[in-house]
Amino acid sequence: MDDDGKPTLKETPLYERETGNRFVRSGLLSFLSIVVIWELLARASGWSVHVFPDPWAVILSFIELLRDGTLVRHTVASLYRVTVGFYLAVLLGVPLGICLGRNLTARSFLNPVIHFLRPISPLAWIPLAMLWFGIGDPPAIFLIFLASFFPMVVGTTIAVQNINPTFFQVAANFRFSRRETLTRLILPAIMPEVITALRMTVTIAWLVVVAAEMIAVQSGLGYLILDARNALRMDFVMNGMIVIGLIGLMLDGIMKRLGQVESSQWGRHER
Amino acid sequence: MSHIQIDNLTKIYVGRRTQPRTMHDPEEHSGDNVLVLNNINLAFEEGEMVCILGPSGCGKSTLLRIIAGFEAPTYGTVKVGGRKVRGPSDQSIFVFQHSGLYPWMTVYENVGLGLRHIDDEEDKHSRIQEHVEMVELEGFEHYYPHQLSGGMQRRAELARAIAVNPDLLIMDEPFSGLDFLTHMKMREEVVNMHEFLRKTTLVVTHDIDDALIMGDRIVVLSGRPSAIKLVHVLDFPRPRNFEKDPGLSRLRSEIFLMLGVPYAV
Ligand SMILES: Nc1ncnc2c1ncn2[C@@H]1O[C@H](COP(=O)(O)OP(=O)(O)O)[C@@H](O)[C@H]1O
Ligand SMILES: [Mg+2]
Repeated sequence: MDDDGKPTLKETPLYERETGNRFVRSGLLSFLSIVVIWELLARASGWSVHVFPDPWAVILSFIELLRDGTLVRHTVASLYRVTVGFYLAVLLGVPLGICLGRNLTARSFLNPVIHFLRPISPLAWIPLAMLWFGIGDPPAIFLIFLASFFPMVVGTTIAVQNINPTFFQVAANFRFSRRETLTRLILPAIMPEVITALRMTVTIAWLVVVAAEMIAVQSGLGYLILDARNALRMDFVMNGMIVIGLIGLMLDGIMKRLGQVESSQWGRHER
Repeated sequence: MSHIQIDNLTKIYVGRRTQPRTMHDPEEHSGDNVLVLNNINLAFEEGEMVCILGPSGCGKSTLLRIIAGFEAPTYGTVKVGGRKVRGPSDQSIFVFQHSGLYPWMTVYENVGLGLRHIDDEEDKHSRIQEHVEMVELEGFEHYYPHQLSGGMQRRAELARAIAVNPDLLIMDEPFSGLDFLTHMKMREEVVNMHEFLRKTTLVVTHDIDDALIMGDRIVVLSGRPSAIKLVHVLDFPRPRNFEKDPGLSRLRSEIFLMLGVPYAV
């Protein structure tokens, strides 16, 4: 509140800032304890460093892979595939979801198919993907697309159906054109839910890219892990896993930021 | 000629499971069909403030939605300004019972909705500002609806409606959910607005005192299926006061009786 007793827009409540710091602190602490437990387990197991590498060995090889550029190259390859597949899914899935949400006929026609295809794991498509798209980027991108497309369509459809019908009457009252109904009503109204869907979907896409790279390609973090296994370099396997985890955190963080864009904030206070 | 002319209006909601092609008998509301409005005839004059009273669920909102063009009558016609209503229009702006403000737009953007076709940015800005000030929301232009109190939200929606300069203003229970003082202030504001702009205004309310204080004309509907119980022109001087005006006070007791409450408390 400012002097006039009006609530000010951009103030962060104190308790939110404090819990924010606490999350960072306890996050660091939990990672630290995992490393300690890992070290203890590695020592207690008595297994060789080739079977169960200790943290120090992994750190050393991490630096090695970072220096010779391997890690960066594979990460870029994986991110590229996720980005393309994910974007395609969003660019096709959100418009389709809007159509389905607005059109009962389309919904009754397509929904059964979508709900039939959705629970099929994208990994089940691997043989077909390889047959249709050969090897290289296309089959991997196709799998990521499949994994992201259905959740985006379903999430968007539900978001559109959830729009308060009063808002459409307001649009009719103010003589919105179809285009205005889309840009001034539907898109902003579904924004908060679509962002939630994006956040969940990007996680799925990231899970799938690693699996996809274990079959059809010669690059990417999935390939790095598979290749390291063939070479019996469990420390490289662990490096791959660590990078996957870090990138996953980063992607989620980006999506969370997106949710904090001011125009989508209204969703936090409604419903 | 009357501004709003309603002739033989009947509304039947057809249930989803049974959808007969023809309805021979409008009285019939068997099965899933609900007869909501039964043969309503009304005429309102230009510039009048009409208050519509009736028990909850009797079809007051339905009547307003039909006048606004959001729904079609089952039988009969509704004419506004001599022309048959065929659909929503920016000449009849509806103020919704529960907020119709777009929550993703600021007060300023909401009020500007009806002015979006004005090309001259200066003119547009000054007209938005004028209406924001009219409902005393200056300083809150860039607030989102969820950052405003209930009364402020109603005022913002009122400003948005008036900014279009419609011929007809339709308000569905504009004071419901407001606390007592906000209710009184808002009522005064609507009356002042009407004195100033002289637009035909329809207000649905379930508060008899609101209707008697505000209306140039009151309409009392019976329970479902709704028929008209009373249409009365109120030519009592303003500001109105039940204590000082025995005629008003008598009418009040009469309406209470009509709506099934024998003693006006
Ligand atoms: N779209 C609809 N379909 C079926 N019945 C409806 C519909 N809208 C309203 N009704 C019914 O019509 C009656 C009148 O509703 P309404 O006009 O909202 O009453 P009021 O505003 O007077 O409280 C209610 O019994 C309600 O159940
Ligand atoms: Mg109602």
